[in-house]
Amino acid sequence: MAVMNLSTQNTAPAAVSVTGLAKAFGGTVVLDGIGLAVPAGSVFALLGPNGAGKTTTVRILSTLIRADRGTARIAGYDLSAEPDQIRAVIGVTGQFSAVDNLLTGEENLILMADLHHLGQAEGRRRAAELLDRFGLAGAARKMAATYSGGMRRRLDLAMTLIGEPRVIFLDEPTTGLDPRGRRDMWQIIRDLVAGGVTIFLTTQYLDEADHLADRIAVLDHGQLVAQGTPAELKRLIPGGHVSLRFADAAGLDAAVRILGGGARDDEALTLRVPGDGSVAALRTLLNQLAASPAELAEVSVHTPDLDDVFLTLTGQPQPGPEQEIVR
Amino acid sequence: MSAPGYAVRDSATMLRRNLRHIQRYPSMAASTVLFPVIFLLLFGYVFGGTLGAGLGGGRAGYITYLVPGILVLTVASGSISTAVSVNMDLTEGIVARFRTMAIARVSLLTGHVLGSLIQTMAGVVLVTGVGLAMGFRSSAGLAGWLGAAGLLLLLTVALTWLSVALGIVADRPETASNLPMPLMLLPLIGSGFVPTASMPPGLRQFAEYQPFTPVTQTVRGLLTGTPIGSNWIIAIGWCVGIGVAGYLWAKAAFNRDSQP
Repeated sequence: MAVMNLSTQNTAPAAVSVTGLAKAFGGTVVLDGIGLAVPAGSVFALLGPNGAGKTTTVRILSTLIRADRGTARIAGYDLSAEPDQIRAVIGVTGQFSAVDNLLTGEENLILMADLHHLGQAEGRRRAAELLDRFGLAGAARKMAATYSGGMRRRLDLAMTLIGEPRVIFLDEPTTGLDPRGRRDMWQIIRDLVAGGVTIFLTTQYLDEADHLADRIAVLDHGQLVAQGTPAELKRLIPGGHVSLRFADAAGLDAAVRILGGGARDDEALTLRVPGDGSVAALRTLLNQLAASPAELAEVSVHTPDLDDVFLTLTGQPQPGPEQEIVR
Repeated sequence: MSAPGYAVRDSATMLRRNLRHIQRYPSMAASTVLFPVIFLLLFGYVFGGTLGAGLGGGRAGYITYLVPGILVLTVASGSISTAVSVNMDLTEGIVARFRTMAIARVSLLTGHVLGSLIQTMAGVVLVTGVGLAMGFRSSAGLAGWLGAAGLLLLLTVALTWLSVALGIVADRPETASNLPMPLMLLPLIGSGFVPTASMPPGLRQFAEYQPFTPVTQTVRGLLTGTPIGSNWIIAIGWCVGIGVAGYLWAKAAFNRDSQP
């Protein structure tokens, strides 16, 4: 299998370690032997498009369904032999909200506290604390059915946290949230990690993995096509470039003469030249062009990001504007 | 705490959750008693005079004949709301969450069963009250009432486990509400509303041997003094059989059904 395992040196003990995990539904192979390790106290992002097998991985690791093959250990417990011990130390927040709509926010949390066999006083204390921490104190007595998407997601996560899990699985925690809800969720995740828990999250957003994760694994069609830190993954792909668009063909011709090369596109009237996007390099480039008759319409600087990683690894582009336009 | 201790504690937690659901969504509970009460009014006041004349005893006598059948119908009617609420609950993401937690698995189901039991028995009490207001007269002492209540409770446990299983296997709430429908019809095609002796051959044999008839006959005997014979033991046998089969089916279906 062509897995590019970029770094295997882990000092912390693994909170999640997986070997050869495979799962098929009917005749369709969803996971085709994946292996990964997540050091305790870190954030691990499983990145991939819809249908790559992310949710199936989370459902297997969170004991919801059994794998066909492979082994996994979570917090030191064996997945197939000790599911109950694993359930006692994990928390799961799925892609679809797992709150009780007919209960209030507070009742949802107390339900979880009761199921964790916390005492009544302790359950109420933690519920109140979490409602406060997640900005839900004002809506504590309202039915969850009346909550907005972001509030529901926060309540969902609060319910996961009430049992103080050591390993938290977050399946697409920000899918469907507005930009603000997304930023709030990111901050919550960072705070959690600061508190020492291990986070295993799935996402189809490259910037999310880039912002949050210590390590990223790219999943495509049930196989891991790369694993490493965000920086390591970015190193896989060619460097950045500057894209110059000209007002007319004459301008493009002039620029090619002055700069002595680059990838030209006569239809779009653009020229791509290698560059790291630094201000100094950009200034030099623009000064060279300023002396010429070439009329520049637009300059865009493209720094390598995970989009490029994904494109390079899977041959599939991912949506999401990652270019900074300088006019 | 021991594992069985946790199972009891988790079931109690789930029961609290279900009681709160009933409180927040009372229309489901109301529909459970609505149908039996309508039948009681319809058969008591609209058809009761004629039916009572036919049976000998007039309208008042017919209402006394009818009420035990209506009580059995109330229990059967409760199974629809059980199946629907179990089915709707299982489609909620929260059940997937429960499955990832270290809780007694069966507690989710026992919570539903206990909640339905309370709801259905409350319905039975309410319908009995309506019956008494309409002129139902019982010859039973405390022992007779307790015996009838005990058998209705046993029937409720049995039908509730069966409808929990139906709620799990149904693919959507509409199916869950249709599957227990035959349970609602059986008290009518039995001794619930008219004596089976008045039915044509074939139907009559079916009516006499289906499970609701011995239950109805026993409840009627305990409350109004009609002969019970061996009906009570047959009734208990049916209830235990249906209950155990329903429990095993529900448990197996719940463990198999791991796709949230």
